[in-house]
Amino acid sequence: MLKIEQAYWLIALFLAGAAWLNLRERRWSHAGFWLVLAALMAGGKYVLDATATHHHLPAQLAGVGVIALAVLSPRMQRGQLAERDAAEREADARRLGHRLFGPAVLIPLVTLLVALFGAYAMIGGVRLFDPARTTLTGLALACVIALIAALRVTRAKPAVGLTEGRRLLDTLGWAALLPLTLAALGGVFAATGVGAAVSDLVRMAIPVDNALACVVAYGLGMVLFTVIMGNAFAAFPVLTAGVGLPLLIHLHGANPAILGSLGMLTGYCGTLFTPMAANFNIVPVALLELPNQNDVIRAQWKTGAALLVVNLALMYFLIFHF
Amino acid sequence: MTALLHWLPVLGVLVVVVGFALRFNPVPVVVLAGIVSGLAAGKSIGEILALIGNSFVSERALLLFVLTLPAIGVLERAGLREHVGNWIATLRGLTLSRLLMAYLAARQILAMLGLYDVAGHAQTVRPLLAPMAESAAEKRGSPLSARERNDVRAFSAATDNIGRFFGEDVFIALGAVLLIQGFYSQHGIELEPLQIALWALPTAIAAFVIHAIRTVLFARRIKNGTTGPATSPGPLQSRSASARQDMPDTDQCG
Repeated sequence: MLKIEQAYWLIALFLAGAAWLNLRERRWSHAGFWLVLAALMAGGKYVLDATATHHHLPAQLAGVGVIALAVLSPRMQRGQLAERDAAEREADARRLGHRLFGPAVLIPLVTLLVALFGAYAMIGGVRLFDPARTTLTGLALACVIALIAALRVTRAKPAVGLTEGRRLLDTLGWAALLPLTLAALGGVFAATGVGAAVSDLVRMAIPVDNALACVVAYGLGMVLFTVIMGNAFAAFPVLTAGVGLPLLIHLHGANPAILGSLGMLTGYCGTLFTPMAANFNIVPVALLELPNQNDVIRAQWKTGAALLVVNLALMYFLIFHF
Repeated sequence: MTALLHWLPVLGVLVVVVGFALRFNPVPVVVLAGIVSGLAAGKSIGEILALIGNSFVSERALLLFVLTLPAIGVLERAGLREHVGNWIATLRGLTLSRLLMAYLAARQILAMLGLYDVAGHAQTVRPLLAPMAESAAEKRGSPLSARERNDVRAFSAATDNIGRFFGEDVFIALGAVLLIQGFYSQHGIELEPLQIALWALPTAIAAFVIHAIRTVLFARRIKNGTTGPATSPGPLQSRSASARQDMPDTDQCG
């Protein structure tokens, strides 16, 4: 059975390969960074299993690894990694033409097929894909298939997969890590009661018997908390338990289904404003080699702001009438 | 004393806000914020390390996108970006605004079906959408300036985000809707997932309309934009090379 765990092993292997290439070029910080991350990816399940049986040492070592990554990341200069000559690329592009699209489209296509039909794929009565994370397992499989196809189409040696993958990985640098680090911070914030304190602040600031004030406080609270946490999922339980349930639903009689749906979507507007949502707003800056960290946020915040106004209006006019 | 303990963990939030505002490298800022919040909540060093380690490895799925890099790297080495550019240039009806709007609609519909990992910044924006958009923008007859090129790339990434966010909430079987349902269920309110998902539709439609209007305005600005100097990078030149020339070294403050 194909499991997500095998995808993590594959990532670890790729990261270790990238570390090795950096080691050969004496780029010590990059090498160390990818090596530590490879260990965390490969050892993740062991850490979680150990924690489940109340052995905390592996998790603590993982914590030390995360701190090591934090120390190394400012030392990762964006290097001048040699790319193949532009004229050679252009010549290949003319020769290969549309055949280049095949492997690129295989990534979304295979992922889509696995997502839709993965549940029916059986080998000897055993499901081919782990039901827990079918789509993501499919994405990993799609990447492997696409790499094989890309090597065949371009007639490149398999080692090119590693050197070119490493070129892009080093272009990303620490930005690749930020989503995970922020998710870890979310876990710490949740465990240390940051959420409860913030929702108390919101409640202290508004006149609770005014329905409009409560709607605005809930909506803007979702946005603010999402901006801080980088994730509307983290904001939703905190703000809905602190403001939505007691004030809007119980005190003012709001419809919970509409409030929940629009509340979450209002949080998503906040996701468009914040560098804390690194996988959406910072990773693409690195991937697209943009000069400023906030370039993607700059391109999308106006859509987010307009949509925030629409959401607040929808909330105010819908939740009390259905 | 208990009141103080209640408020102290907010210091971690302060660390994040100040660190991001001063443009320190975000990774150490975030890790430091976690440590500060943990200490402020009265946890021991060992507990904090275990908390950080466990939270980190629980979210390993967030790194899956790096598996796309070897395949995309191999294709880029063989001229994928150059070919995308050449091809889009031959499609006369495909303008920048039509391209981005079609992608937005497709992304929203796929996300509504729960297929939000099918596309993304690594899977589709870098290898396909961004070069397509750049080439479509250059149909105005003059090459993009370095700044315009960056704007087109950033707008492509923004379009991907908006399509994903405001589609996925309509999907009933995963993620947001189940989180909302589960939360209410814990608090004694039982709801059907479909009830929640349907109320995301008005926002999904509003998101498409608002961003489509912004796309048209953006495409018009690019089309009428005064072009940069004659030395601005052409469509066939290496993206990395051209990006590097005009990229101030942001690593120090990034």
